[in-house]
Amino acid sequence: MSDNNILLDVQDLKMYFPITQGLIIQRHVGDIKAVDGISFSIKKGETLGLVGESGCGKSTTGRAILQLYRPTGGHVFFKGDDLTKLKGEALRRKRRQMQMIFQDPYASLNPRMTVGNIISEPLEVHNIYRTKAERQERVQELLRVVGLNPYFVNRYPHEFSGGQRQRIGVARALAVNPEFIVCDEPISALDVSIQAQIINLLEDLQAEFNLTYLFIAHDLSVVRHISDRVAVMYLGKLAELADRDELYNNPLHPYTQALLSAVPIPDPVIEEKRQRIILEGDVPSPANPPTGCNFSTRCPRVMDICKEVDPEFRDLGGDHWVACHLY
Amino acid sequence: MTVRSSAAPAVIELEEARKGVGLWGDAWQRLLRNRAAVAGMIFSAILVICALFADTALIVAIPNALGADLDVKPLLTPYPFNRGDTRCNRMGPSLLPPSRQEGCIQDIEKYGNFPHLMGTDRLGRDVFSRVIWGTRISLTVGIVGSLTALIIGTVYGAISGYFGGRIDNYMMRFVDVMYGFPTLLFVILIMVVLPSENAVQGMINIFIAIGVVGWMGMARLIRGQFLSLREKEFIEAARMVGTRPLSIIFRHLLPNSLGPAIVALTLSIPGLILTEAVLSFIGLGVPPPFPSWGIMVNEGWRGLRATPHLTIFPGLAITITMMAFNFLGDGLRDALDPMMRGTT
Repeated sequence: MSDNNILLDVQDLKMYFPITQGLIIQRHVGDIKAVDGISFSIKKGETLGLVGESGCGKSTTGRAILQLYRPTGGHVFFKGDDLTKLKGEALRRKRRQMQMIFQDPYASLNPRMTVGNIISEPLEVHNIYRTKAERQERVQELLRVVGLNPYFVNRYPHEFSGGQRQRIGVARALAVNPEFIVCDEPISALDVSIQAQIINLLEDLQAEFNLTYLFIAHDLSVVRHISDRVAVMYLGKLAELADRDELYNNPLHPYTQALLSAVPIPDPVIEEKRQRIILEGDVPSPANPPTGCNFSTRCPRVMDICKEVDPEFRDLGGDHWVACHLY
Repeated sequence: MTVRSSAAPAVIELEEARKGVGLWGDAWQRLLRNRAAVAGMIFSAILVICALFADTALIVAIPNALGADLDVKPLLTPYPFNRGDTRCNRMGPSLLPPSRQEGCIQDIEKYGNFPHLMGTDRLGRDVFSRVIWGTRISLTVGIVGSLTALIIGTVYGAISGYFGGRIDNYMMRFVDVMYGFPTLLFVILIMVVLPSENAVQGMINIFIAIGVVGWMGMARLIRGQFLSLREKEFIEAARMVGTRPLSIIFRHLLPNSLGPAIVALTLSIPGLILTEAVLSFIGLGVPPPFPSWGIMVNEGWRGLRATPHLTIFPGLAITITMMAFNFLGDGLRDALDPMMRGTT
């Protein structure tokens, strides 16, 4: 991990949400372990895909990295600075370099602000331009960059379609010229035909502005398309992390295997032979994860040791990381 | 071909000129389509005009707006609210001028000769003039009272909702305790304790009393709005961008919670007018001779059988005003409710 190219280094990140009881005096009775000790790093200019089923902590990871939630433990090094230690003004200044694109384009834009105001808000907050005219110019330029008509500045979000709104969200994220963007399922709320447009836009922007993405999604094909490396998450922990092709061609963790076996193949002959691994049971509650390996309750290849010892997340060589006792 | 090329720039200009219709503008359009709400709005506007221009106080001197200075002359009203010919008392409503009315011995030289449209009270004062004049007190109490409640409630609710957690818990338990007091009893207590020598002081007392009891509902409303909005992605986006908390409250949270607050405000006005009427009715409102609708009902009800017009007209004024504000409030709620979007 001594690579100079590393932009973001997450070490043992933990995000627990306390469960409290009591009306006036609140007792702390437990934690929801949304993210429970994950480590990975992202190189400059690369896209790391983060996949996993609903509720496994993908979005929480993204938000904890960006300090929208203050992590319970661990470190997030962004260009060498530990974000978890930054507060107030210092953290606000850092926000110029990292941004987020949100999942729901209907909820992520303030319905009472014009598009121009929404996009220029980051510019105002960080005092990037001195005059209003300069800001206006920048807003129009951003609208052009994301493929919208610059004359839209005075309109309101409800006048746009989902895809257009998501482009506005992208323009807002780009406004401050960030280096790192967390894309929190940016396409899952969109129509399939629009999804491709947004994906292509994100790829074009990455090439143009040398962006680094953490791309959170649950659509495995999309992640395969856009990512350089892919991390698989299960119940607050990373199960597997590898190069895209390595992961898709040679999945090692039983959970990854099950996940990939669920992807339909657009070829009826091969699709016919596809063997689905169907997992039994439900995801355990993150408030009360199983002892040992957190996948042990559903793993088709479970062993005795899995129920007692939590497997270490380790490199099997070739930058293929797995947390499993099988290897 | 030439036609098309000359038309193309025009399209862009049109596009350029097009301003977006904001949610407020949208709501306004929808409000205008609601007939009951428009009627309520027009009636409320008439009431406001009545309250402002019942006499020349506003024109002569604003500090004397409550009529302490008797140089003030009636403007919209045919007679002064505080003087009448006692020889001409308890006359029924009539469309005839006093000089042509049988049995009327009003000093026309001194008081004029306009018909007593709603009759006169036991002191010979013109009821119509007093009802119009009473608008000033009833409306001021309604609007200023609800604005006081809005301001206190919004500040309290905003703090509680924005910070959430433990602060929110304690602040809301305090509201629960305050809710426990019987409202009218509480208001009466306040009114009794505070001194009220003149009309201005009496009015201020009513505002204080209403503000003290009226803010809890508004605080709960705003707090609820803030709590739900706080989790919305656009608030997260604002935090992500680095917007400061005060800016988040004023630019993002408040504008989005104002809709329900305006509705609640409008719907609370009739209640407050009624509270004032009740207070005046039991003798704790504005001191005489200032006419408020409540006082007038109070003065008239004893002779309900002989002179029903003394009770009916101020009573009607209260009823119609409450209906107008209720219609307006309902219309506003329909117009501002995003769930109604596109269903009209």
